[in-house]
Amino acid sequence: MAVLTISDLTKVFAGGNVLAVDDFSLDVANGELVCLLGPSGSGKSTLLRMVGGFERATSGRIAIDGEDVTYLPPERRPTGMVFQSHALWTHMNVFRNLAFGLKLRRLPTAEVRRKVEAVLDLVGLSGYGDRHVAQLSGGQQQRVALARSLVLEPKILLLDEPFASLDQHLRERLREEVRDIQQRLGITTLFVTHGQDEALSMADRIVVMRQGRTEQIDRPDIIYRAPRTPFVAGFIGTMNLIEGKVQSGRFVHAGLSFAVPVGDGPATLAVRPEALTLVAAEPGQARVHRVTDYGTHGLVDLELPDGMRLKSMVAHPDLFRGGQGVTLTPQKVTLFRDGLQIFKTAP
Amino acid sequence: MTGVAISAAPKARAVRKPLDKTGLLFAVLLSVAIIFPLLVVITWSFTEIWRYPNVLPQQFGFRFWDQTMGRADVWAALTLSLRLSFMVTLLSAAICLPAAYAFARMDFPGRSLLFFSFLAGHAFPKFGLLIAIAAIFLQLGLIGTFWGVVIIQLVGTLLFMIWIPVAAFSAVDRRMEEAARDVGAGPLRVFWSVTLPQAGPTIAAAVLLTFVGTFYEVEGAWLIGAPGIRTMPVLMISFINNQIVVQYGAVLSVILWVPSFVALIFARKVINGGSFARGFGG
Repeated sequence: MAVLTISDLTKVFAGGNVLAVDDFSLDVANGELVCLLGPSGSGKSTLLRMVGGFERATSGRIAIDGEDVTYLPPERRPTGMVFQSHALWTHMNVFRNLAFGLKLRRLPTAEVRRKVEAVLDLVGLSGYGDRHVAQLSGGQQQRVALARSLVLEPKILLLDEPFASLDQHLRERLREEVRDIQQRLGITTLFVTHGQDEALSMADRIVVMRQGRTEQIDRPDIIYRAPRTPFVAGFIGTMNLIEGKVQSGRFVHAGLSFAVPVGDGPATLAVRPEALTLVAAEPGQARVHRVTDYGTHGLVDLELPDGMRLKSMVAHPDLFRGGQGVTLTPQKVTLFRDGLQIFKTAP
Repeated sequence: MTGVAISAAPKARAVRKPLDKTGLLFAVLLSVAIIFPLLVVITWSFTEIWRYPNVLPQQFGFRFWDQTMGRADVWAALTLSLRLSFMVTLLSAAICLPAAYAFARMDFPGRSLLFFSFLAGHAFPKFGLLIAIAAIFLQLGLIGTFWGVVIIQLVGTLLFMIWIPVAAFSAVDRRMEEAARDVGAGPLRVFWSVTLPQAGPTIAAAVLLTFVGTFYEVEGAWLIGAPGIRTMPVLMISFINNQIVVQYGAVLSVILWVPSFVALIFARKVINGGSFARGFGG
């Protein structure tokens, strides 16, 4: 059953005629973690802030557990938000940060203490209650921010790029921790990010957004393997996108020619680096520009006769060197026409 | 052996902290510039005879302290000055802090014009403005009254009490306020529990500046207050004008210095060094 129902939600910012969120609808099931993924300006943060009550919807409806919350202020919504800049109250220590919301609910002191200690334990910060916010590292501050939301047991947890200010290593560790906690508590979560790694590794479902609209809503593996639009194909992972045309059953572009089962006309061919195999050949269809050896695999930069660049992932990078001619064989391709998928190689 | 010597050398260098010579020079110069005149004034207040070319007074004593403290008008002026300063600071805070919050966080028509007008008041030569106001106060019967001086001094405090708190409120992270709303606090509670404590030290600095500034204010107090209202600084000026005895001025200076010193000591507990700078947008 959907805990969060967003229907036809639209946000127009006052003054400008900018449609930040354009007729957006989404159902989030109980215990599900949904990622809102998109470039900056795609409306994902605005959408999250509307769910949290920090932006007023221009039109549409937001319901939590069937109750309409569209125009309720944040303090009356059963949502808990974790901000990018942790937004901890620096004039209070950790304990008082966590206890603030509980005290507002007039819980007895012993109960407040018990709950704060339990949530500190949950985020791995037992015994940190007396610390001041400034005495904590970036990762610890973000854990406290998460605990501050969790301690109130919200129906929906909202995460607004919570790891953006942390370094790569910490980010990876924290997203595993957050996912563990989220699954253990079974808390319904809406997560905003512009990092595809974060979305792919954490989400039950991903909503790819662009200019306030939904491009695709699907499981991460489907988003990766079967992008519905060229935008999704280009945004998630590395993708070679080749503009060309289909002539009598073959996709043609600058010396490349592959058999495809679609009708004639313009088309965009999308192929992942790992699905583009190379065979050394002279003169070949493309020329090797550079080979990068990553240890576990290699990445070959290719140049087509018209100057277009492609990438191919190879198991043995030492087989190729710059200037060499190669022929290309795409193993799995997706074809787009007029912004929509028209063909996909069966998995 | 050589390996040990090489590895030991940088370690020793790292331990010794280099002396910041420029910083030390500035510290010494500033200390001399600030503390030396203070010492001279304090010395003068305890001096009975000090003739050229002696470096130290020939005779110390409490004669001028006794004479000054024995005067009823000194005590009257001191209590009046304190009453005035407290009243002006209180009214100024009551008027300016909500206004500052509105300037910092709300959007209303004429916002920037109004905000600028507070600065414009200080662009006039103050004395000319005071004379014009005095003419109006004369008709209203405010000349020579306590409240007349309160009003004129209040005008002088608006700049600091608006500009510094506006900067303080603007510097409060909005996300912090939103986070408080998120956990269930209403707008008033958020202001009381998050915005005010966050802006608090800087606002305390503004209140302190207002208090001390009002305590030492002369032009308004003199022009509007005379002859009925004689504040400490006004009294000091008349002392110095009537009889050029350095000691009277020195004793009054030391007395005048006490309230601001107490205020500063108090402020050190509330305000950390960065707050003044933050208030000015630093």
